[in-house]
Amino acid sequence: MQAAKNSVALEKKDVVQEPVQKKKGLFYYIRMDFVLYLMLLIPVLYIVVFKYVPMYGIQIAFKDYNIFQGVSLSPWNDFATFKQIFSSPQFYQVVRNTLVLNGLDLIVGFPAPIILAILINELVWNKFKKISQTILYLPHFLSWVIIGGIVTQLLSPTGMFNSLLTHLGSESVPFLTNKYAWVATYSLVGVWQNAGWGTILYLAAMTGIDRQLYEAADSDGAGRFRKIWHITLPGIRPTIVILLILQIGNLMAINFDRPFNLQNNLVMDFGDVISTYVYRVGIQSANFSVGAAVGLFQSVICLIFLLSSNFITRKLGENGIW
Amino acid sequence: MSHTLKNRLVDFTAAFVILIAVFICLVPFLYILSESLSSNKAIISQAVTIYPIDFNLEAYKVVFGDAGMLYSLVYTVILTVVFVLLSLTVTILAAYPLTKKRLKGRNVLLLVMLFTMYFSGGLIPDYLNVKNLSLLNTPWALILPGMMSVYYMIILKSFFQSIPDSLEEAARLDGCNDLQILLKVVLPLSKPALATISLLYAVYRWNYFQDALFYITDEHLYTIQLKLYNVINISQQMSGENVNVNLPSEALKSASIMFGTVPILLVYPWLQKYFVSGIMIGAVKG
Repeated sequence: MQAAKNSVALEKKDVVQEPVQKKKGLFYYIRMDFVLYLMLLIPVLYIVVFKYVPMYGIQIAFKDYNIFQGVSLSPWNDFATFKQIFSSPQFYQVVRNTLVLNGLDLIVGFPAPIILAILINELVWNKFKKISQTILYLPHFLSWVIIGGIVTQLLSPTGMFNSLLTHLGSESVPFLTNKYAWVATYSLVGVWQNAGWGTILYLAAMTGIDRQLYEAADSDGAGRFRKIWHITLPGIRPTIVILLILQIGNLMAINFDRPFNLQNNLVMDFGDVISTYVYRVGIQSANFSVGAAVGLFQSVICLIFLLSSNFITRKLGENGIW
Repeated sequence: MSHTLKNRLVDFTAAFVILIAVFICLVPFLYILSESLSSNKAIISQAVTIYPIDFNLEAYKVVFGDAGMLYSLVYTVILTVVFVLLSLTVTILAAYPLTKKRLKGRNVLLLVMLFTMYFSGGLIPDYLNVKNLSLLNTPWALILPGMMSVYYMIILKSFFQSIPDSLEEAARLDGCNDLQILLKVVLPLSKPALATISLLYAVYRWNYFQDALFYITDEHLYTIQLKLYNVINISQQMSGENVNVNLPSEALKSASIMFGTVPILLVYPWLQKYFVSGIMIGAVKG
């Protein structure tokens, strides 16, 4: 009753203030667009149950998690889990490995699609251009399980690479068992998988460059390299910047499938990264609090990286990702 | 004269480098294919390169004779289809209302969704959530947690926004409500975007391995990737413990890899153009 009175009073007041546009309560809008809100119900429910409920679960990083008591009832532990992980040398090792492997991806993997896209863009035979693009995109569509299998078959001591090397009289290379060789293999396999696919955005950006610029450059007598340097590259600069921020921002994030499927027991010193460590400690050994704490550490650092790289880019006068 | 000659030189150099890149992309497949068609003896003696030696189909007979392998393949196909249908529905249900500027709370909801792209609970809270919902060892553990990608939702939303408002207004004058407008006007006009997003979801589900490894221990529910992982890696796990176990031969491993690759190779050339256009929609408008 009271609520009804209030809303009537509110309406009257609104009528006095704004005779044309009436301000209504949320309920009014929900009734107006009932169908739209009903549609949103399922996605919102999904986001809450599968994204925000796990965020609530993060608190087990600060607790002595016990399966029987659950997330809420387990006792708080005064940051004991964090003290434990920060004093563990293995934690620093997996953080270092994550940064090194992602850093290499940035140095080796980032320029590769740019160079490839420029070359594809310079191709004049259209049929060849299309076919080669199709083949270059292909490795992106294979799972890391498959790629891990291919890499093992190809680079093992009895694989094709080492057969060729020994036939040529050179020594066989322990691509997968020597730690340093493994790191190189890891990043080159990343280039193999992703470089072709990475060209798509750059090629899209190149088609957006004004043709007249090239014609003007032609009449000024500019050669191919000058046109690439002064027109193509500046034309794709915004795309380069955005992808660069995203990749720098994600230096602490690492997917699971790729390192897990490429690593082996002999290279764990360099190959064990945050995601695989969390899996081993958290799920295989059921040490949930430690796993959650390492995961939280990663998420927070990741968010800080992303925010600051975006901030710096905007300070430098470029458009960030938001 | 020298100018055109220089141009030709650049053309050929670019084509040559691309040709090498194409070669590098293809050689691993040729090698795995020829290994799978060679005898194990030839592989171990390092005679096999990019063509088969001692051509035989033994390895494929074993792979196709393994009922578990075919079962995993069919199961993963069904799983992928169900996943795509549900994902597409949820993504549409989120993207369409959020294009409506008049909708109250739209920006808040969008922010709530965007936030999950940059921050998440992490592997362990996700795992415990799936466990608490009693989804471990059910196919739903591989469907529900990844059901909607906020990124694809935004791609679809930008596509919906590019549809002229006048079309929707005309439908409204004809007495359509929002659901009817969505079904009769917006979705038929969005077929390219819907195709792209379905394909992206399908490839994600087909290739994703992590969740099957975490959530599934029942062998009847192994996805093809998890099954392949076990075939490919079994020799490494076993060799230390039990030497008498029948290890899969190199040829068998390669045949299994081909078995997991061929379905993608078959559909890929036809689907590729959709992916490319879809990524471009996302890049230009998203």
